Amino acid sequence: MRFGVVRFPGTNCEQDAVHALRTMGFGAEYVWHQDSDLSGFDAVVLPGGFSYGDYLRSGAIARFSPVMSEVVRFAERGNPVIGICNGFQVLTEAHLLPGALIRNKNLKFLCQTVHLSVQDSVCQWLDAPKGTTFAIPISHHDGNYVCSPEDYQALCEGSQIVLRYCEPDGHIAPDSAPNGSFENIAGICNATGNVFGLMPHPERVVDGVSGSTQGRAFFEAIAQRFN
Amino acid sequence: MKNYKIVVTGKNGIFDPAGETSKNALRNLGYDGVESLRIGKYVELETQDDVTGAQVEEMCEKLLANPVIEDYRIEVVQP
Amino acid sequence: MESIKPPVCDKLDTLDPQLAPKIASELGLNEEEYRNVVHTQGRIPTLTELYIYSLMWSEHCSYKHSRAQLRKFSSEGPQVLQGPGENAGVISVGDGWAAAFKMESHNHPSAIEPYEGAATGVGGIIRDIFTMGARPIASLNSLRFGTLDKPRQRYLLDGAVAGIGGYGNCLGVPTVGGEIYFDRAYEGNCLINAFALGLMREENLTRAVGSGPGNPVMLIGNSTGRDGIGGASVLASQEFDEAAENKRPAVQVGDPFEEKLLIEVCLELLERGMFVALGDLGAAGLTSSASEMASRGGVGIEIDVRKVPQREAGMLPYEIMVSESQERMLAVVKPQDVASVQEACERWGVGCSLIGRITDTGRFVVIDSNLPQDRQVVADMPAEQLAADAPLYHPESSRPAYLDEAAAFDPASLGLPRDVGTLSAQLLTLLGSPNLCSREWVWRQYDHQVQASTALLPGADAAVVRVGAPGRGPISQRGLAMTTDCNGRYCWLDPYRGARIAVAESVRNLACVGAEPAAVTDCLNFGNPEKPEVFYTFEQAIDGMSEACRYFGVPVVSGNVSFYNESFGNAIYPTPTVGMVGLMDDFRRFATPAFKKAGDTIFLIGETADELGGSEYLSVLYDEVRGACPACDLELERDTSDLVRRAVAEGILASAHDVSEGGAALALAECCIAGGLGAKAAFDDGLPAAASLFSETQARFIVSVDDLAATELVSRLLEANIPYAVVGEVVEPEEGISIEGKIQVSLEEATSAFKGGL
Repeated sequence: MRFGVVRFPGTNCEQDAVHALRTMGFGAEYVWHQDSDLSGFDAVVLPGGFSYGDYLRSGAIARFSPVMSEVVRFAERGNPVIGICNGFQVLTEAHLLPGALIRNKNLKFLCQTVHLSVQDSVCQWLDAPKGTTFAIPISHHDGNYVCSPEDYQALCEGSQIVLRYCEPDGHIAPDSAPNGSFENIAGICNATGNVFGLMPHPERVVDGVSGSTQGRAFFEAIAQRFN
Repeated sequence: MKNYKIVVTGKNGIFDPAGETSKNALRNLGYDGVESLRIGKYVELETQDDVTGAQVEEMCEKLLANPVIEDYRIEVVQP
Repeated sequence: MESIKPPVCDKLDTLDPQLAPKIASELGLNEEEYRNVVHTQGRIPTLTELYIYSLMWSEHCSYKHSRAQLRKFSSEGPQVLQGPGENAGVISVGDGWAAAFKMESHNHPSAIEPYEGAATGVGGIIRDIFTMGARPIASLNSLRFGTLDKPRQRYLLDGAVAGIGGYGNCLGVPTVGGEIYFDRAYEGNCLINAFALGLMREENLTRAVGSGPGNPVMLIGNSTGRDGIGGASVLASQEFDEAAENKRPAVQVGDPFEEKLLIEVCLELLERGMFVALGDLGAAGLTSSASEMASRGGVGIEIDVRKVPQREAGMLPYEIMVSESQERMLAVVKPQDVASVQEACERWGVGCSLIGRITDTGRFVVIDSNLPQDRQVVADMPAEQLAADAPLYHPESSRPAYLDEAAAFDPASLGLPRDVGTLSAQLLTLLGSPNLCSREWVWRQYDHQVQASTALLPGADAAVVRVGAPGRGPISQRGLAMTTDCNGRYCWLDPYRGARIAVAESVRNLACVGAEPAAVTDCLNFGNPEKPEVFYTFEQAIDGMSEACRYFGVPVVSGNVSFYNESFGNAIYPTPTVGMVGLMDDFRRFATPAFKKAGDTIFLIGETADELGGSEYLSVLYDEVRGACPACDLELERDTSDLVRRAVAEGILASAHDVSEGGAALALAECCIAGGLGAKAAFDDGLPAAASLFSETQARFIVSVDDLAATELVSRLLEANIPYAVVGEVVEPEEGISIEGKIQVSLEEATSAFKGGL
């Protein structure tokens, strides 16, 4: 399994992602934002950071990078694409996923561990029973997910909501989303389940540097599917 | 009721990284004619009749703009 | 890119002899300094020269009032690869890895615009790190504000925290620790001290030493505007008064996106060996970086201001030379590498211009190629003397009268309480007080995990990161620990002892995470050094800090002095902040303050004395900042820290926490809150209750151990002849926190007081 990890100007979690993937025994290489060749990659990671400084709107400028046209085609062919944090913002700006990520409800940057409840979804990236909980860090200023009622209905009907913020015991309470996300949404996928966007950073909890390895599950399922 | 439009922009000579980066992005998209781009804030304010223009100015000085780095323009919206 | 032609220098536009001294005085040079400029130049200077001298000889750039004192520090040690005098100090950390680190103040700009001031403070210190060839991997900050009952202070706190986060988060450099204090003494002058550390392979160490006459000089990064013109000299070299408020220069605005690109492009080019020398443009901009590059290398340098990309129209040569526009680097490259440097900069979308060259004349020459051929030289100065002839002062020093008066105060005269109810209520007040409460509100706004190396999350005694290059190169098991410490109140009561305590506390904090102290950077914040009473405190603090550093065998490898932290005649507390870096063989071998399980035995290592002078207890509950500062016994500090460090590194202790502000009662409560457990303790020290609980006696730790380890710990303590007491045991949360006859509070009330403070 070979992952291409895209690097936009201002991306800052690409090395963490490559390190996490290599730690798990996968191939992982950097893809420059001006490249437009994804052949040789089995999956694409749009990592976190501040592409183009997050100026104007998070992800707004990065979506016009040459590599993004190719990522759109790559995804449309059914290949796996994951967008983490800023990568999720880029996926929504590129219309690969519905909705948008706006400023956190307390207006502050938030770096903390959150609890996530796995939903019943078509997502190919996560293979865990509904109700499984994970403790994964977030680190963002604009992680407050919003979408239109029509989009929300479509997400529900298509089983595209992958993760919701919850309490440590798995209970989904209105205050469980520190960023104020609509319906506690932390991660969604497209209708075919190959494109996954999430605000939390599973790649930060893979090699156990700070004690946890819970993030491994977020890359294992897609690799098993591939094998 | 009185209505105001307030535009807050960076002071002349104050660096605007968001504007610069957006300008470069537009040029990279092929809009070669873009000369300059500055990003500011736009505020719509509605007040009761007894709030004076001087008080609106004070609101800008105190909160809506940061006079150390920003200028502001107040426009009264005619009903 | 066109090449730079040598200037034709016939006519120098020197200033009118009557006018020149007046301009000099407006630029902050005194009469004698102006005479020395004329002497060094051998003639009346030009306007550009005068600006350059005024900056290079300002306090901020020349350290004219502090240089003589700073010689007391020792920067020697087998691990030191680069001592003071470069952009950052560098030490070897084992297995071929080296760490570059430094701390720097950005106090004056932050007092005017806290967000941009703090942000550009972070940006500046990060540039100092990657300039040395190291990838910045951790940042800490030491902040001081006035009390939060004043709205302006809240504004400064919010702005500075947002600015630190806004810049560091975007860069992808984790902010892993730091400290914040509030005290009226900082009301007119907040302190923003930013610390950064970077890692590199030893062979990539790069210096800002120009060499190779004929080598091109390139400016990389942002364009140049009128940002912060005169910033270094105006802001950091005089007190604030009303006149200064009007004179304040254009505020520098940080662009972390540009800086992120600069880090990447510079580190790529450094690894490819493309730079002969690299320096960042900080205070005094192009002036100081170009002249330092030349003087360090014993060469000359020539800069054409018209080749410098300008953001604003009509900039004069001196404006271009002194501008403090951020995110700019000066590089010396070999002629054959210019194209490669340009290619890399273009790929990263970073500006890059050929602005001059290294010469063999030893002169720092500024030309303006827009001027007529024979008048292009606007400044021509001897590079070495510009640096070496900077004034050196030995200011007058006199012991302030308040010292004896404050020390004579006896806290017992306040009639301190002895009953459980009052003491418990006092503990809860302390737990929720601004200087002692949880800092989670602050560090939650900082990305503290990016770069996949943060081993220990903020909130512990020191930060711990793993040594390695995740996603780029090898990973090691080694760890680095970092802490910043200074209690300004102690330093106000006794600058000598207070500075020793700052060093000892850093050593203690490192011991708690199992790290061996390796080296120190400092940030010395004081008032106006031209006032003998202020200078006395500076002198004493340097004596205390340098002695303590020698005692612990930690060299001081970098540092910064910030004077003139005074407003309307009131100086801040003397605040010599220590930034200490420690080494760990295994980054996973640390302890945290959190109690781990009910039944573990709690030890108080060290011995409490009746030392409430200058304590948080007196300040918070009695609004009193007097009394004698606690004693500092370096031998006991070394012995206790050695013992705790070894015990942590060997995994004997379940938890470890140093006892500092708030005393043993507060430390015990923090261990309970962090672990979500209670404690049943007794402090049988024979002291009055308030002193027993809240005295800030140094060289103490609260540790917990399981039954097996308790015997081992006791035998080690006896062997090392260290005083200790078994004070109780960890209990279930429902039993709360009790100290026999003195304290009884529930864990919930303690936790909610602690977490709700900010």
